[in-house]
This record gives sequence, structure tokens and C-alpha cells, in this order.
Amino acid sequence: METVTLTIKNQPGLFLEADSITPDAFAGKKAEEIVDLPVYVGRDEHRLGDFFEVSGRAGATPAETKIVVNGDLSRVKYIGMKMTGGEVVANGNADMYVGAWMQGGKITVNGNVDAFAGTGMKGGEILINGNAGNYLGAAYRGDWRGMAGGKIIVKGNAGSDLGTFMNGGEIIVGGDVDVHVATHAEGGKIVIKGNAKRRLGGQMVEGEIYVFGDIELMMPGFAYRKDVDIEVDGTKGLFALYEGDLGERHRKRKGQMIYGKLYQRIRA
Amino acid sequence: MAEFLIKNGFVFDPILGIKGDVADIAIKDGKIVETSAVTKPKIIDAAGKTVMAGGVDIHAHVAGPKVNIGRNFRPEDKLFNCTPGHGIERMQGGFSVPTTIRTGYNYARMGYTTVMEAAMPPLYARHTHEEMRDTPILDQGAYPVFGNNWFVLEYLKNHEIENTAAYIAWLLRATKGYAVKVVNPGGTEAWAWGLNCDNVHDPVPYFDITPAQIIKGLIEANEYLGLPHSMHMHANNLGNPGNYTTTLDSFKLSEGIKPNSKFGRDQVMHHTHVQFHSYGGDSWANVESKAKEIMGYVNSHDNITIDMGQVTLDETTTMTADGPFEHHLTELNHLKWANADVELETGSGVVPYIYSPNIKVCAIQWCIGLELALLAKDPMRVFMTTDHPNAGPFIRYPRIMKWLMSQEAREQQIDAFKYKDKVIDATNLAGIDRELDLYEIAQMTRAGPAKSLGLAHMYGGLAPGLEADVAVFDFNPNESYVPDDIENAFSNARHLFKAGVQIISDHEIVSNGNKRTLWVNARVNENPQVMRDVKEKFLRYYTVTLNNYEVSGHYLPNPYVIEVDATQ
Ligand SMILES: [Zn+2]
Repeated sequence: METVTLTIKNQPGLFLEADSITPDAFAGKKAEEIVDLPVYVGRDEHRLGDFFEVSGRAGATPAETKIVVNGDLSRVKYIGMKMTGGEVVANGNADMYVGAWMQGGKITVNGNVDAFAGTGMKGGEILINGNAGNYLGAAYRGDWRGMAGGKIIVKGNAGSDLGTFMNGGEIIVGGDVDVHVATHAEGGKIVIKGNAKRRLGGQMVEGEIYVFGDIELMMPGFAYRKDVDIEVDGTKGLFALYEGDLGERHRKRKGQMIYGKLYQRIRA
Repeated sequence: MAEFLIKNGFVFDPILGIKGDVADIAIKDGKIVETSAVTKPKIIDAAGKTVMAGGVDIHAHVAGPKVNIGRNFRPEDKLFNCTPGHGIERMQGGFSVPTTIRTGYNYARMGYTTVMEAAMPPLYARHTHEEMRDTPILDQGAYPVFGNNWFVLEYLKNHEIENTAAYIAWLLRATKGYAVKVVNPGGTEAWAWGLNCDNVHDPVPYFDITPAQIIKGLIEANEYLGLPHSMHMHANNLGNPGNYTTTLDSFKLSEGIKPNSKFGRDQVMHHTHVQFHSYGGDSWANVESKAKEIMGYVNSHDNITIDMGQVTLDETTTMTADGPFEHHLTELNHLKWANADVELETGSGVVPYIYSPNIKVCAIQWCIGLELALLAKDPMRVFMTTDHPNAGPFIRYPRIMKWLMSQEAREQQIDAFKYKDKVIDATNLAGIDRELDLYEIAQMTRAGPAKSLGLAHMYGGLAPGLEADVAVFDFNPNESYVPDDIENAFSNARHLFKAGVQIISDHEIVSNGNKRTLWVNARVNENPQVMRDVKEKFLRYYTVTLNNYEVSGHYLPNPYVIEVDATQ
């Protein structure tokens, strides 16, 4: 594995659209080639090297390439977008669309991320050691084909609308979440280790939500079924199982009606 | 204006009767002229290339409120396909519902120069004209919808043809419209009661009139006026198994009515997107092609023209004034749905749709569209469309050319279908070996639609006196080619001229042209009753006043008015 290190030296006047910060774009390139990759501020095209010091070299393939990005990245969008392999480590807060449409590899953010991290994600792993903004692992605006695979782990809190139109994969939030969880979901698994607010599983037809803490208000389309003893992400406990959204159409599989499942931990 | 001489191309032109012979085409003052009439022309070397008139699209949904609903509620249609401005080209985006700018450019790249917007809700005519105004290069017109309009329903209930005609003339002038469009006659109005009209004798609630009365009455009113185009029809029962009988019943309503038009057309009904109306069977499990039955009728009745509505096997956005159909569709595919009711006039719905080659019904639909064209005895009466974007985006026309011109290309697609054997059993296509030639393609995409629109005096051919709309393609019909060469060449014109202005030069867009908006000004005898009815309905029912209704000058900065005298 070869490593490329980027350190931000100039902050963009607006926001920097940097979907070229990926192992796929860097693979096979030396630092002096990487500085010439295109980035955008508004409608103007710039070079990556106009904003970042670049050192090191990339591996021959994305899988053999690690990128370390240092500094305040809170005005840098699209880090790791569409990446298929390799590794990205962002040491700082990052702006929107971290790991959007990601297919493989791993992204670690040692800080917070803004909205749309993991949008339309298909595979790979995103680890956020701070908080995540809204629309974590959600579908692109308008699309009904959301996160299909891969894993997102947030150590802190997440915002609203996580896992909208989720079809597969896993989102684990260590802290609390805002409203709208797994809206329209047709698959996938969301674990919330803190508290949730309202509208969990609205129009959900399949998939799983686990909540360890409180739910401020349950959707009327979810019905209590039974208590179950299960292990969730290393935590064993008794959970109350609800099924829904009963206001939606539901598929049958092997003669059984399939529902979205919402598990809430029962405190001892 | 500049003179051009397009030299030594292989010319395909049904108007001149040239079938691929080498000929020169001269352009002067925006018109095609005799080659002797140009003195110092710029020479365009077309040796080894195909030369045709600019394409004419008789039916596409490219401007207006329902197109814009499609754009608004499908941001994902623009994902990863926006392009920044480049040279004289402006920023563009969208696939099945592209921006107006991309619409103009993409038609131009295919060598098309005239495109008709197929359904304009009269109340939103201003919006439709604003979008056409913002669509570069193309000459355009729009068809206001009449088939569910309260005035029409009330007049035709009593078979008042003269009043209907006076109302049509008034509305064409008020909306700057081009032709009389009918969508699911009576059915969209019934939808306001949660109902539909499933066949031509199924009465409309409250108005107590049948679709058959609406269809026949509107044909008669159209001929009373002698409009350039005939009544333009989307029949009841679209998209349902077994609907071909409704289609034939609708066709038959044109029998015995003679065209009355000084504009050279021979038909009294144009039926659009016939693919959606040619289904046998009684469920999606046993739906089958009835293209033979449909084309048997079309081939033997020369007062009808049709267009295909070819399914292109893409993800697209369906949109129609057939509101009940769109509700039916969203119940089938569970994707998002938008619906609108347009006061006294019409309604509409919008639903995304994926025509997958792995779904049997989609593959059958694909076969039916191609069968219609391949079973056509007279290519001057059967036109290429996708009912853009309903059966697929218009940018696929060159791919449809490939399928029509190459049995090998059709076999490749049939082999790729998941339910190939079932599809072959339900259709006729696998047994059809006809391959259309470029002359027939020029009939289906140029001369034919221009004639049906009553615009043969302007478009569709390369005879001196016609508009200088000329396309040059990198295609040598005398050299061997693979099917994909057809699609590639006709997707990307080498040169394009619109009204004598060079729009594309060596594949680059070099001008945004001088787009014109065509509308029909039909003059009729004073009709105080109709004018009183108009005033009263605006006072009683419309949410806008008459003053806020009419489309005035600045919506059409470059109008082209076609005058019709129907006074008696
Ligand atoms: Zn249409």
C-alpha cells in the first residue's frame, strides 16, 4: 500500500468540489500528476494542487492506494466519492457527500461530516469518529434506490433522514438521531445506540431498525408483536419487536407477509 | 444570407424521389434553391455521406407544465449527466426529461429541425410557450388538448359542429396553438369523478356524451375549419391488454369523412403512439401483439396516419394528459406519481417507468412498436416516435432506425430478452425479415410527418422552395457497415442547416439558430354564442380572467402564423 498525503493550504472562497480525492483517481499517479487533477469552485475549474500540498505517491491500483487528508476540510465536498477500493483517512471535519456512491474500500473521518455521507452507497465502509449530518446513507434526492450495501459507523450523533429508501447494508450510530429513520426502506439494517425522535420507519416495507434508547413518538403504522432476546452489534438484550409500516403494501415471501421491523431495547 | 452548396452527398429525399443517388443541394436566403441559383456558395463536401432534409417530429412532450413536473420531481434524472457550457453551447442536463437547452441541441445532433409539442393544457399555454421559446434551434408548435374540455363536451353533446369549430378557432388563437389534440376523450374528465372511459361508447359522467361523439365531432369540426393538421388522437383504453378493439373502433369513426384542407394532407385522423394501443389478450399474463390487425386497418384506409410510440428499453418518465392511466401505472410499479387537474380543460399525470428487457411485457411492447413500422405498406403514413419521453427518450431515434434497418440488430435484442421464447410467441416480429432503407426512413421521419402536419410546403424535403433544413450524416450507404454504425452516424450529424443557418459544423454546435413558433390563425364567421359562452365560463368557473389567459406576443418572439380562412 502506497500513501499520498494531502494537506489543505488554501481554503476555497466558496466550497471545493473535490470528487477527484479518491484512490481511483489517484491510482498509478505521482504527486506531481495528482496536483493537476481537476476540482471545482462554483463553475470554475481549478487544480487540486491550488488548494492542497501533495506528497507521496499512489499505488498501481485503487486497492493499493491510501490517501491521508489533513486540515480543516469543512469546505471540501465529495471526498471518496464513487471509490471502489483502497483507503481514505480525513483528519478533520469534512463537508457533504463523503463516500457518496462508494463501492469498496474504507473511509475514516477523524471529525464530523456534513450531510449526504454515504448517499447511494453500494459497498465498502465509512467510519466517522465524530457526528454525521442529515441524509446519512440516504438515496439521492428523488431516487427510490438508496443505500444498497456496505457499512457506515458513526461514533457520535446523526442528523435527520438517515437511510431514506435504504435497500441493503448497515448503518450504526453510537449516539442519538434526529427525525425520519429508514423512510421508504425496502431492506438494510440501522442500529441507533442512543435515542431517536419521531417518524421511524415511515412507509418502510422491509428492513430492520434497532433503538437502544428512547423513541420520542412511535409511528402509528407500527404494531407491537412480541419481546425477543437478541444480540445487536455485540450487545445482548431483550427488545420489543414492532412491525410496520402497516399503511403500506407488503411483499410476501414463502407465503409469509414481510414487514419492516423496529426493535426497541427494554431496559432491565 | 450566406449561400451553401452541399456537394456530392448520397441524397435520400422522398419529395424529389432521390433514393441515394449523388446530388448537390443548394441553399440561399434560408431556402433550398436550384444549384444554378447560387453564385459564391460556401462548399460543404458531403462525398461519401448521407444527405437528408431536417427531421420532423410529429409527437413529443418537450415543453410545458407536465414536462416540468417531470423535471422537478425527478432530480435523479439529471444525476451525473449535467454538462457545463462549452463554446456557444449552454449548460445542459437531464436524460428522459432534459432541460429545454439540451432538448434543442440533442434534436439538432440527430438532424431534426422541427418538433411538435404534443399536449398543451390551454390554461398553461403561457408556460408551454415559455419553454418552447427557451428551446434553441427548432421550429415548434404545440397542440392544445380538446378531448375533455367542457365547451367541447357541451357543444358536441348536441352535435354543434359550427360552435365547436368557432371555439377551436378561438382557443387556437388564444393559446397560439397548432392543432386539435384529443387525449383519452372523456376519460380524463371522468377521472375527476374517479372514473374512466374504457371504450368509445362508455359515457362521460355528468356530461352524458360518449367518446365516440367527441372523436367524430372533433374530426368534423377540424375539417369544417380546414386546419393544416388533422385531429390528433390518443384513444381511450391506452396501455391495457385487449385494447386493440378500442383502437379499431376509434379508427372507424373517421370513415366517410373527407379531408378538407388546402395544406396537402390526405388524412382526417392522426393516431399517435399506436404501440400503446395494439394489445391483445385479457391480462398482463397473456398480452400479445395485435399489430397485424391494427396495420391491416391502417394499410387499407388512407385517411389515417399513425406514429409508433416505440419502447426503447430505457428508464424514462411517463407523462400524459391521460390522468387515469398514470394512476393505473403507479399502482403497477409503485413509483412516485404526480397528478394535476386543469380546471375546465384537462388533467395530467407523471410516473417514472423502467422498460426492462428482463420484463416480458416490456419486451412485447418493444416488438409491437417495430412491427407497426415494419408492417407499414405506406411509410408516408407511419411515423417514427417514442412518444418522448413516454416509451423512451427521443435521443433513441437513431437506435430505432438501426432496429428498423437491420434484422441482425433486432435478433441481437430479441436474444438478449430474459423471456425470449414467450416474447416470440406473443409477437410477430421474429418472423418479419423486412429491413427498411434510408428512403423509407426519410418518409417516416421527414416527408411523411411534414405532409400529415400540413407543412409539406415548408419541411420534410429538399425540393427548391422548401425551408433549407438539411442534415449531413457520416454514413456511406454503399459501404459495408455493422448495425451500430447506423445508430452512431445518425446520433451525431456532421453538418446541420436550419432555415439556411449552419447550426452544426463538423459535429460542433456553432449557432443557436432563429427558432420559430408555429401557430394557426383560423378565421371564422362571428359567433356571438360561443363568445358569450367563453365570457360566462371565465366569470363562473375559471380561476383566471380572460385577460390573464391569452398568450400574447412576447411569449412568441419569433412567431410563424399559418392563416386559415374558414369564414363562409
Ligand atoms: Zn404523447
